[in-house]
Amino acid sequence: MDFKTSEGKKALIKKHTPKTKWYKNCPFAFMFGGGICVGAELLERLYKSLGANEKLAATLVSVSLIFLASLLTALGIFDRIARYAGAGTLVPITGFANAITSEALDSRSEGFILGVGAKIFTVAGPVITYGLFSGVLYGIIYSVTNFFLRT
Amino acid sequence: MKKVIKLDTPPVFTSYAAVGGYEEGRSRIGDKLDLCDPGDSFGQKTHELAEGEMAKCALNIALSKAELSHEALGLIVAGDLQNQCIASALGLGSFGAPFLGVYGACSTATESLLLCSALISLGYTSLAAAVTSSHNSAAEKQFRTPLEYGGQRAPSAQWTSTASGAFILSSPFSDINAVYSAREKLSGSGSITHSAFISEFMIGKVVDGSTKDGSNMGGAMAFAAAESIISYFEETGYSPSDFDYIVTGDLGRVGKDILCDILESKIPAAAQRHTDCGLLLYDSERQDVHSGASGCGTSAALLSCHFLPLLERGDIKNILFLSTGALMSPSSILQGSNILGVAPAIRITSTKRDF
Repeated sequence: MDFKTSEGKKALIKKHTPKTKWYKNCPFAFMFGGGICVGAELLERLYKSLGANEKLAATLVSVSLIFLASLLTALGIFDRIARYAGAGTLVPITGFANAITSEALDSRSEGFILGVGAKIFTVAGPVITYGLFSGVLYGIIYSVTNFFLRT
Repeated sequence: MKKVIKLDTPPVFTSYAAVGGYEEGRSRIGDKLDLCDPGDSFGQKTHELAEGEMAKCALNIALSKAELSHEALGLIVAGDLQNQCIASALGLGSFGAPFLGVYGACSTATESLLLCSALISLGYTSLAAAVTSSHNSAAEKQFRTPLEYGGQRAPSAQWTSTASGAFILSSPFSDINAVYSAREKLSGSGSITHSAFISEFMIGKVVDGSTKDGSNMGGAMAFAAAESIISYFEETGYSPSDFDYIVTGDLGRVGKDILCDILESKIPAAAQRHTDCGLLLYDSERQDVHSGASGCGTSAALLSCHFLPLLERGDIKNILFLSTGALMSPSSILQGSNILGVAPAIRITSTKRDF
């Protein structure tokens, strides 16, 4: 293979770069992600048995998961679990909590205003931006269809 | 155009030292490092300051081994991986010597050594220090994701080493025997039977790595290493069998495989002599480093802990040392630029010293 042309280089890189082990990562992600969901379900039942209604119990579950993920991040445990869990810890709300807490920890040395305050959303920012954007988009579609359905 | 410069009065390695952090302390060279901080902090509040302090420790140890005063230093050439090369300036500014901050990504060890030897040969100073450092936490934070971020690394990803190497070079006219006897007090009498010199250097050119994958820097740098090695042997006419080792900086597993694939078809003898600091540093059985080590401290630490002691004992006589750098920034990657590689080279030879 010609190592001086772009095509040759790309072929050499492809030939020697090991592939991600999806057959190992996927089952791990499924088990960890599923485990988190089972835990969340148990928590919801616990909150309900303590007298919370449907809406309050769901909010309390989210708050609990965010708290636990942030605590484990701060203790330096979360990233060790995530090394095996992959998407299993990334996709649930735990991944979002971790992205925010880890960035806050890193930028702490740069002060509370321009450090933590400005940089806390560096990793999680896209989720918020496009979460809000899709909320607006959904709202417009909802209003327009509602308007035509009524008339 | 002539690229390989032969130094008529090759500068000699007077003294050297390497320090590291936690992973380096339990790496293959753990017992050979001059200092290890299992906390990676070197007594500092931030990772950024820790890197500067680490470089300072390395240079101080190198000076004290040779019983030299920092006032004797006529020049410091230093580099690191942080933005604006700040760790070196913060850590080494207090030595009060003329300072050149250099950036060559992970090729900084060779870059600073060749600049030192060129300036010594020009007569700028008779005693100069080349210092290189990289800090895993500072680099991860700057180039990738926050430290505690829970993500999976690609199999081709490498682990940035927390390490610093300091090398003191002097012109061959200095009274080297006094320094050697000072150093032998620590390393044992008879441990320095040979002097190690930088006898040639070649500045690397920038080579397109043809990948945008920041998790595969070894692959991107392999082409620069291949071009440097091939053009070195073409120009000098040497045979790779004249060399004990052809050492690259931090290609890791993927980069070494690509380089050896290329060399096998061009100069097979060079492929046989090739070894890579990125694969020598960590023990991949015990340490979760994927494709190997990276970071400019990697080649500096290996040169100080492994290759220079071998050269000074006379076990090996002649090595070609190329640190490999992946040139990119977080912005350039996001904007879709390819990762570029550069591989400067120095030839280090050893000759029996006169007592």
